[in-house]
Amino acid sequence: METQGWKFTSEEIAAKPDLFLSGHRACAGCGPASTLRLIMKATRGPTIVTHATGCMEIVGSIYPYTSWAIPWLHTAFENAAANASGIDAALKALQRKGQLKEHIDIIAIAGDGGTYDIGLQALSGAIERGHDFLFVLYDNEGYMNTGIQRSSSTPIGASTTTTPAGTVIPGKLERKKPIDEIMLAHEMPYVATATIYYWKDLLTKVRRGLEVEGPAFLHVFAPCPRGWRSDPAKTIEYSKLAVESCVFPIWEAVNGKRHLSAPSKLIGPSPQRKRPVKDYLAGQGRFRHLFTPQNQHILAELQRQTDERWERLLQKCESGC
Amino acid sequence: MEKLVKQAIVALNGDEAVALAVKQCDVDVVAAYPITPQTIIVEKYSEYVANGEVQTEFVCTESEHSAMTACLAASATGVRVFTASASAGLALMHEMLFVTSGSRMPVVMAVANRALSSPLNIHGDQSDSMAERDSGWIQIYVENAQEAYDSIIQAFKIAEDVGVSLPMIVGLDGFTISHTLEKVEVFPQEAVKQFVGERPLPSVLTHEGKTVPFKLDPKNPMTMGPNVSPNFYFEFKRQQEEGMKNALKKIQEVNTEYAALSGRSYGDGLVDAYRLDDAEIAIVVVGSTAGTLKVIVDQLRQEGVQAGILRLRTFRPFPVEELRNALKSVKIMAVMDKSISFGGFGGTVFTETRNALYDAKIRPTIVSYIFGLGGRDSSPHDLRKIFEDLIQISKTGQVETQVRYYGLKE
Amino acid sequence: MSREKSWKEISIAGVCSKSSVGFMTGDWKTYTPIRDVAKCTKCLTCVMFCPEAAIKWSPDIGDIEFDFNFCKGCGICANDCPTKAITMKIEGE
Repeated sequence: METQGWKFTSEEIAAKPDLFLSGHRACAGCGPASTLRLIMKATRGPTIVTHATGCMEIVGSIYPYTSWAIPWLHTAFENAAANASGIDAALKALQRKGQLKEHIDIIAIAGDGGTYDIGLQALSGAIERGHDFLFVLYDNEGYMNTGIQRSSSTPIGASTTTTPAGTVIPGKLERKKPIDEIMLAHEMPYVATATIYYWKDLLTKVRRGLEVEGPAFLHVFAPCPRGWRSDPAKTIEYSKLAVESCVFPIWEAVNGKRHLSAPSKLIGPSPQRKRPVKDYLAGQGRFRHLFTPQNQHILAELQRQTDERWERLLQKCESGC
Repeated sequence: MEKLVKQAIVALNGDEAVALAVKQCDVDVVAAYPITPQTIIVEKYSEYVANGEVQTEFVCTESEHSAMTACLAASATGVRVFTASASAGLALMHEMLFVTSGSRMPVVMAVANRALSSPLNIHGDQSDSMAERDSGWIQIYVENAQEAYDSIIQAFKIAEDVGVSLPMIVGLDGFTISHTLEKVEVFPQEAVKQFVGERPLPSVLTHEGKTVPFKLDPKNPMTMGPNVSPNFYFEFKRQQEEGMKNALKKIQEVNTEYAALSGRSYGDGLVDAYRLDDAEIAIVVVGSTAGTLKVIVDQLRQEGVQAGILRLRTFRPFPVEELRNALKSVKIMAVMDKSISFGGFGGTVFTETRNALYDAKIRPTIVSYIFGLGGRDSSPHDLRKIFEDLIQISKTGQVETQVRYYGLKE
Repeated sequence: MSREKSWKEISIAGVCSKSSVGFMTGDWKTYTPIRDVAKCTKCLTCVMFCPEAAIKWSPDIGDIEFDFNFCKGCGICANDCPTKAITMKIEGE
């Protein structure tokens, strides 16, 4: 895949008009809101956004106000990818009839709820059919909009409102579903992970995803201070810690060939750069109960799983898979 | 008044007739999932696509829920869309049916009416689309393959009318119509294309302060499908109801326009009365059973019985005035329901008919017959018994059971 | 005060009729960011990270500006400024 090598300066991006506008009603310090702003800065021309039900969909479309400066469609929770399929088909029909001359990019946006769980079927179907769209997953590890319930993206040990840290069961017992591996297994043209702190990397990946002809998947790690019970000021810092502790390594896979992105790549040969998971967990209220003597084993399990996934990732990237 | 257009006669089953009509209507996107007994529609259409006979984007979605979503989204992008389903597939779309109507997208859907599970039954019964009567979709039920062909063509004109802007179901009885080969008169492609025309778009006011055509268009961005507070929701629902009201008129208009071209009219488009002018006993029914009943009515008339039938063609919006008018001479009637609404007082069509006739000057006696569930067949000989029941009631003045299960092994 | 619009007057299907820039979220904040201009290197990190797009880069004046009509006082800008040029103070102090 040839990328068009988009080069940009901070000034250019900063001066570019926002397409996700101020006045949306996300919480103060919302990671996903920051994510969406940046995603929209990376658009390259006429764009249509379709959105699954969730925090970002709600906060930007409280009738009669809208925070979207581009055409935007929301229908239901589980079908952002099916929306994208329909729009893609319609645009192709219009082009074939000669009624549409320009190319219009389609971005489907969903939270971890609308991707990992209820949205998985529609996403898998849309990818298999090869529709031309970019699917952006903003992952805050829970069903935040409905009150911080667990999703299959919630990591082990996290306290959510449906897996509360109780006296008998200390939070979620299941591990975080490896959605990216599932996406890679679809043999799709472009799969990548990114996060807010490394915003230049994020923008580049959005642009690459848009340039790809066919389906592209971008998984953005977006901390939620409300759901994570963390300091809103530290939202972006947590996204950095997630990468530094290898809880959320960032990489991209072009036609299945995976390469680590610079911040994660640095850690491979220099394991001393890898921060312990507890540095990342500290200050997050949802993990506070893990710092007690009786829950130490869960903390250890979380470190072990992180290490195991990281080692496996290193091997896969080296062998180019 | 336009001249009658010359039509060719072909042998088609209901599903094939639907597929042909869709082909001729210059549909831009078809997103569908196969389910018996609608499969022939999607298969036939796939052949048209594979042979380059249509310019449609054909999307084989991974479920009916996604099929309806893709249709909705494509319609939101300003193009003409079609889909088809039945039974469990229609039920799976349930959430999206409400969303499509609320989004005011004129999606046309053929439903090859089939029984709902459980237990699984693939045969004809109208419970599937009757169960969606609250969803805000216009519903027309056809009597035969010819009407299926005609109604699909009419559907695009009705649904896409700017004053209507509601999605529409054309129901055809599973297997009885969908899989039965019949003689169908079809138009040449050009005539249909001309009749249906281009899809018009209503206008909306966007957040940019502009009044523009209602579609996703980067030149005129708009936000569709927001969340609304209790302060706003009610008004949007009232708007949908207005669309339904306008549909009553539009269905009649389109029926008349189409009759001028085809030579075929289905009653007034809403109700199809057969020998009802002076009828004293009558049956109200939806769908293909009407065909069989007409044969019996002819026999009874020969015997001097003043019998008639009313085929209710349009179920949503429910044509109250037209129904009252058509049945004004009838004293005793049966309403046959090929569906069941558990725990209700009689069948669905019975309930709505009785409701409409409650304020009639002379309230007729109305009996509910639930029949044909899961494709249970009824022969002319059997169906005649219903008229005989009505004759009995007229003699004795007694209605022993108001809700009857016709053809049930008791 | 204008009367509320009837169902006949509003656009169908809930198409949004106002931009959210008409909804000032600035009154949500408790803390407000104060910038020490001397320390600011105009790296534009705060502009990129602000979830509200409340910090704007003006190329014509070659400087950033805070839009307090929308700032919710989250403190991300202060936390992530590489030179610690921004501090959060209780509004009104």
